[in-house]
Amino acid sequence: MIVAKRKPFDEIMQLVKGHKKVLVVGCGTCVAVCLAGGEKEVAVLATELDMGRKLANNPVELGSITLERQCDREYLAQLDGMVKDYDALISMACGVGIQFLAERFPDKPVFPAVDTCGLAVNQDVGWYEERCRSCGRCVLGLTGGICPVTMCAKGLYNGPCGGTNKGSCEINADQPCAWFNIYERLKAQGRLDCLLKVQPPQEWKDTTPRTLIQPGYTKPEKAKT
Amino acid sequence: MKSGSNLEKVLTAGHFAFTGELGPPRGAHAEEVRKKAVFLKGRVDSVNITDNQTAMVRMASWAASLILIQEGLEPNYQMVCRDRNRLAMQADILGACALGIRNMLCLSGDHCQFGDHPTAKGVFDIDSMQLISTVKKMRDEGKFLSGADLDGKPQIFIGAASNPFADPFEWRVHRLAKKISAGVDFVQTQCIYNMAKFREFIRQANDMGLTEKAYILAGVTPMKSLGMAKYMKGKVPGMDVPDEIISRLQGVARDKQAEEGIKIALEQIAEFKEMKGVHGVHLMAIEWEHRVPEIAERAGMLPRPKV
Amino acid sequence: MRLNYPSNVKIILVPCTGKVDVIHMLTAIQKGADGVYCVGCLEGACHYNQGNLRCRERVNHVRSLLQEVGLEPERVRMYNLSSGEGPTFAAYAKEMTENIQKLGPNPLKKKAGVA
Ligand code: SF4
Ligand code: SF4
Repeated sequence: MIVAKRKPFDEIMQLVKGHKKVLVVGCGTCVAVCLAGGEKEVAVLATELDMGRKLANNPVELGSITLERQCDREYLAQLDGMVKDYDALISMACGVGIQFLAERFPDKPVFPAVDTCGLAVNQDVGWYEERCRSCGRCVLGLTGGICPVTMCAKGLYNGPCGGTNKGSCEINADQPCAWFNIYERLKAQGRLDCLLKVQPPQEWKDTTPRTLIQPGYTKPEKAKT
Repeated sequence: MKSGSNLEKVLTAGHFAFTGELGPPRGAHAEEVRKKAVFLKGRVDSVNITDNQTAMVRMASWAASLILIQEGLEPNYQMVCRDRNRLAMQADILGACALGIRNMLCLSGDHCQFGDHPTAKGVFDIDSMQLISTVKKMRDEGKFLSGADLDGKPQIFIGAASNPFADPFEWRVHRLAKKISAGVDFVQTQCIYNMAKFREFIRQANDMGLTEKAYILAGVTPMKSLGMAKYMKGKVPGMDVPDEIISRLQGVARDKQAEEGIKIALEQIAEFKEMKGVHGVHLMAIEWEHRVPEIAERAGMLPRPKV
Repeated sequence: MRLNYPSNVKIILVPCTGKVDVIHMLTAIQKGADGVYCVGCLEGACHYNQGNLRCRERVNHVRSLLQEVGLEPERVRMYNLSSGEGPTFAAYAKEMTENIQKLGPNPLKKKAGVA
């Protein structure tokens, strides 16, 4: 899933300080699961803002709502009737959701309340670890299911580098060396031949905004709003 | 000749090569480079010029390389993948060659976290392996990485680093093989302290025929003190300092430790000279350039061959 | 056993402190409470294993939120005791009350619009 981290309160306060009526919009999907921007976090932020602004003698009128998803037009439509009552929106969705919200209400300032941090697994409640940078050309088939782009601090395709340190990465002893692990896993699977060939330079796919249209679907003439 | 560099000539003539290292200053003083160069001139075949070593900003390695050329020394221009993308790299390779640089060492580069700009975005558009093949493609095929033709092939003697001590040990020699198949002409190793492990590494490389395909220069860094030895053992990733080294330095008085460190280095060099598959020594006397003349002399490396 | 504890303490019963959420404590302060404290079972003796430990973490979280907002984190606290420790309960209530008295009333009460 997509994981995100709540922004520091001061930063959010700064972003909205000139606005008197603010709607806090949460998202019920990824950011809710990772405890950054779901219904509960919306309530906490709204309460914090209410208190903070009162203490600053600059009270704010707040509304809050959590949509099923902010990256889907269908759910954003729920807001159509209510946005006019506010002069700014705070979104607690991932960067994708925030943008889609801003796109739908182009005349309203939209502020992010979270920092989107990546695509991560759920290790335990409240503990997430990044695993994929959505590079667009997956090499996991050659690397024993361990992503060198994400898990190697240098994103090497022909690792390990000279800094690999008894199974740890050179950056710190708590960070496993991705290439050490790739080696060990492929060795256990008898597939070390995967590593013998020099991997050519990556043809980066993330240098321009990407669009995905699945087979069997077409782009409508003009997206419905 | 691939490049016509002095280093290439020394090695192809069958001499035992001896290379040095110089870190550019953290400022714009060309004098700093010249001062250090004095100690190295005539004592080594080529001098590695580090590229933002340990991720600290320093004078550009190509610029310090040029100062070295002005001083009549031959640089070995280091380039790391951390700080530039494939366009900048290829542009720098062409420029370096145009201005007379003939050796290059292709490296991944230490992670930005080690340096003075820990939050910089590491580029790593291509890795050291891919950089090696890029230089080779430019030099041998006259083509850019993209496949487009270039006019004026850069004559570069291509080098790479190898760490025989990092885990997994059994993979190290295969990684060397990979670099050789990517196109390196010479390899300089990480500082060697664990001789037993290095002998084993070279034996494997000999068995695989790798030492016939590329020149191997054994890395030597004399220990200046017991403190340095302990630091290298405990704190430097990928470094293998066996206990014998520590106890040898412990066994002598504090003011004799530097001399003991040099003695260890000299013993190592003597062994490398006889070791099948080792074609030279790369002396990394970090901030100890002024001791290089003495070490070169005592190691029997002088005078350097004129080729 | 009849015990005296300060009458300004309003008790809200929950099945386990693990049930107390960040928003409950925060809302209490928002609505003008001078302080909030949770009294859970002794650590390691939670009937639901982790409830009181979770609560302690949430209390700590609320304290950091209050600090961010500009209120004293000491207004929120966690206490632990085993069931049947009535006197300890009373002692904690007293301690908390004194502690809050030192801090003075919740500054939000002076601001307009606090319920
Ligand atoms: S290679 Fe890594 S970053 Fe690319 S798609 Fe696969 S897991 Fe994601
Ligand atoms: S030590 Fe391993 S994980 Fe870290 S940068 Fe080098 S190869 Fe990548």
